Amino acid sequence: MSGEQRFKYVGTRPIRHDGLDKVTGRANYGADFTLPGLLHGHIVRSPHAHARILAIDTSAAAGMPGVMAVITGDDIPKTTARLMMGEGGFDLGDMGDNLLAHDKVLYQGHAVAAVAATSPELARAAAEAVAVHYEVLTPVMTIDQALAAGAPILHDGLTTKGQPAAGVPTSPTNVAMRMELKRGDVDKGFAESDIVVERTFTTPMVHQGYIEPHACVARHGEDGQIVVWTSTQGHFNVRDCSAGILGIDAAKIKVIPSEIGGGFGGKIPVYLEPVAIALSRKAHRPVKLVMSREDVFRASGPTSGTKVRMKLGAKQDGTLVAASASLYYEAGAYKGSPAGAGAMCAIAAYRIPNFFIEAYDIVVNRPKVAAYRAPGSPSSTFATESLIDEIARRLNMDALDLRLKNAATEGDQAPYGPKFGPIGLREVLAAAKAHPHWTAPLGANQGRGVAVGFWFNAGMNSSATVSVNTDGSATVVAGNPDIGGTRVAQALMVSEELGVPVERVRPSVADTDSIGFSDLTGGSRVCYATGMAVIEAARDAREQLKARAAKMWGTDAAHVGWDDGTAIPLNGAGDRTPLTVNEIAAKLAHTGGPVIGRATVNPPMAGPGFGLNICDLEVDKETGVSRVVRYTCIQDVGKAIHPSYVEGQMQGGASQGIGWALNEEYIYDREGHLENPGFLDYRMPVASDLPMIDTVLVEVPNPLHPYGVRGVGEVPIVPPLAAVANAMRDATGVRFTDLPLSPPRVLEALATD
Amino acid sequence: MPKLHVQTSVNGDTLDFLCEPAETLLDVLRNRLNLTGSKEGCATGDCGACSVLLNDRLVASCLVLAAEVDDQRVLTVEGVARGDALHPVQQQLLEHAGLQCGICTPGIVVAAKSLLDHNPNPTETEVRFWLAGNLCRCTGYDKIIRAVLDAAATMRDDRSRVSA
Repeated sequence: MSGEQRFKYVGTRPIRHDGLDKVTGRANYGADFTLPGLLHGHIVRSPHAHARILAIDTSAAAGMPGVMAVITGDDIPKTTARLMMGEGGFDLGDMGDNLLAHDKVLYQGHAVAAVAATSPELARAAAEAVAVHYEVLTPVMTIDQALAAGAPILHDGLTTKGQPAAGVPTSPTNVAMRMELKRGDVDKGFAESDIVVERTFTTPMVHQGYIEPHACVARHGEDGQIVVWTSTQGHFNVRDCSAGILGIDAAKIKVIPSEIGGGFGGKIPVYLEPVAIALSRKAHRPVKLVMSREDVFRASGPTSGTKVRMKLGAKQDGTLVAASASLYYEAGAYKGSPAGAGAMCAIAAYRIPNFFIEAYDIVVNRPKVAAYRAPGSPSSTFATESLIDEIARRLNMDALDLRLKNAATEGDQAPYGPKFGPIGLREVLAAAKAHPHWTAPLGANQGRGVAVGFWFNAGMNSSATVSVNTDGSATVVAGNPDIGGTRVAQALMVSEELGVPVERVRPSVADTDSIGFSDLTGGSRVCYATGMAVIEAARDAREQLKARAAKMWGTDAAHVGWDDGTAIPLNGAGDRTPLTVNEIAAKLAHTGGPVIGRATVNPPMAGPGFGLNICDLEVDKETGVSRVVRYTCIQDVGKAIHPSYVEGQMQGGASQGIGWALNEEYIYDREGHLENPGFLDYRMPVASDLPMIDTVLVEVPNPLHPYGVRGVGEVPIVPPLAAVANAMRDATGVRFTDLPLSPPRVLEALATD
Repeated sequence: MPKLHVQTSVNGDTLDFLCEPAETLLDVLRNRLNLTGSKEGCATGDCGACSVLLNDRLVASCLVLAAEVDDQRVLTVEGVARGDALHPVQQQLLEHAGLQCGICTPGIVVAAKSLLDHNPNPTETEVRFWLAGNLCRCTGYDKIIRAVLDAAATMRDDRSRVSA
């Protein structure tokens, strides 16, 4: 159906409506907001990775002039509540304990107390005056340490959920969850394989790296009414988490989202808002909390460090017949790593009749991990796509041909259960074969790598309204913070439905009081699910406009058609002059009043996405320094609403993945102290590290969306880890299995090879 | 400790402010002068989101003491556009979709303007190294670099039209 659609506005590249404010410095982000009487908060953080809190003495701090409130974990109720979101949810007890520790600190930087004072300097001084007495415990910093017999236990009450391994006690344990995926007979599959490759891969804990630190302002009124201004990926989520943790009605809290300076999943959890509310409640004044960059690294994000043991078996002709894998993902201080998603994504690109995958969620004394773009998929895919590359080399097959031979397609049963609908993996692989990059000659010391990547994408809840103004312009209101151009995409959808030019459509992100519930900006769901709500709301408005035209003509609405912003008479309407939106809008007050289209959606599914990257890497074998010299991203995007911002998602995700592959990692000492909590030592790609990043948009329409849209934001970070490592293998002859491919590691491997 | 009285020029406006001796230019711009366009991403001079021009020289305002700007000239992102005329860098960033979340954009605008003030015809490599002090996590830099190169071309065209 969607494949034949023709669009007038969708697919064009207008300037975004919020652009001017953002290039002139006028746009207001989390830390930019202020209020009369504002107090400044500061959080006291643990210097230890693992310790029992024996006592907290706040008296000295509370007695300092200008200090208006001091709180500890006692001010954050312990709860067993959960907040559901999509298939998963948040454990509000863990989240509350992460906000301000109750009994133990579980990572260096864990919050233990908070103060509010009349200036940031006073707040900092007061925080230093809070005396916390600890019993220091042995930290558990790695997967191996967490699994070792007799390992220190982070949570006394933790038991292994899911499908615990046979013969292993489920408590006490640091394993929060184990799950299995299996099909066919994996032993038979390996026995029938002509070649079997098996290796263990590791990826480091990395941070999302958004440039804007977390920041919020909260005001708690004496009547219990609360307003929060915050930078978040989901203000409804902030409201509901805050209400659940503090034990108050969601209706008491209004959350107003600021512009958001990047998130990538890291601005989904709440870290500050309930603390700011509790401080404001005690101080009777509004309170602002802003994280430092060091706080961001120590106590927000990151994503799991992982260990993946994987084995693949193939026939001589390249047909994959068996796969087995054991995935170990660090959850950080509380359960909830994306190990399950990692397992479900690991071999989703391929038809493999026999497989067995197990995944472990493991707590360690590091910050609780947050989502990071396609959470779980990059690490398991790094293993799969490295081994696929190895099979191609062993069989002397073209790396794309091997993938094409095994690629999943419509009707195949995904390893995680459902049958795939129309998916674009084969089209993506074909586009790669046709791309000049694939056959371009390489220079000296250069190598080429390729890898594919998969992500489910999400649906979930969204709301939207579309109002038609009396001058024929329109306003679209939705509930998703705009992190990368979703406002302009929503305006384009309204233009398409109403025929109103995009510059006459005002897109707006509304607070929690002003639009229906909307799940967060994440899961690559905004253009897809919120877009669906916007399209349905615009169609609702259009039907109302048609009814008004019918009224103006004195006919029945069934006799009114619509063509590009104009009501046209159908058979039965008689001889009527078509009415434009402007003409109908001008008469709204006389034909029944305002027109507001509305829609809420909760699609349970989304169209899955596949992408492919080609990476050319140049390696200096004397220093171990490598450089990406050419990079191409190809992705099935369903339908690109605003192609520039779709390309931007692909380029940005690739850049993050390149950073993950080459440089980024959390470095801890033995005591569990983070040694690189700043941008100087946590080395993200800068402009001079990268070449232009070419993009190819493949459009295989997603039948679940009226325009064929697929989520595009997450897939781009999945292929780069293996694409870069495969390029390194091509350039050096060495198969690297541990990221990042930093110069010392490369040099060491080249020396021992 | 008594506050310091500083007289300076910000975006062409002559103004004065009081500040603590240890206060940074970034904190004064944001908290005392309400110029929140300059952003704090790190406070250690690594991210470039707080970039301003101090007497036409590109600096990280988080590493400048506010007291140092006494009797100097400061240009922030708020002063780059003139009236309704955006600077070509700003216009090209919009045309190229060279921003996603937009938090790094003020620093990129100031830094790129500074580059083109110094070098009207930079190569791609020169743009990349000049902007290496401005972290962007969203875009992968591609569209930012193209925007700056196109802004340079626009400005050269304008200059040659004027001289013709």
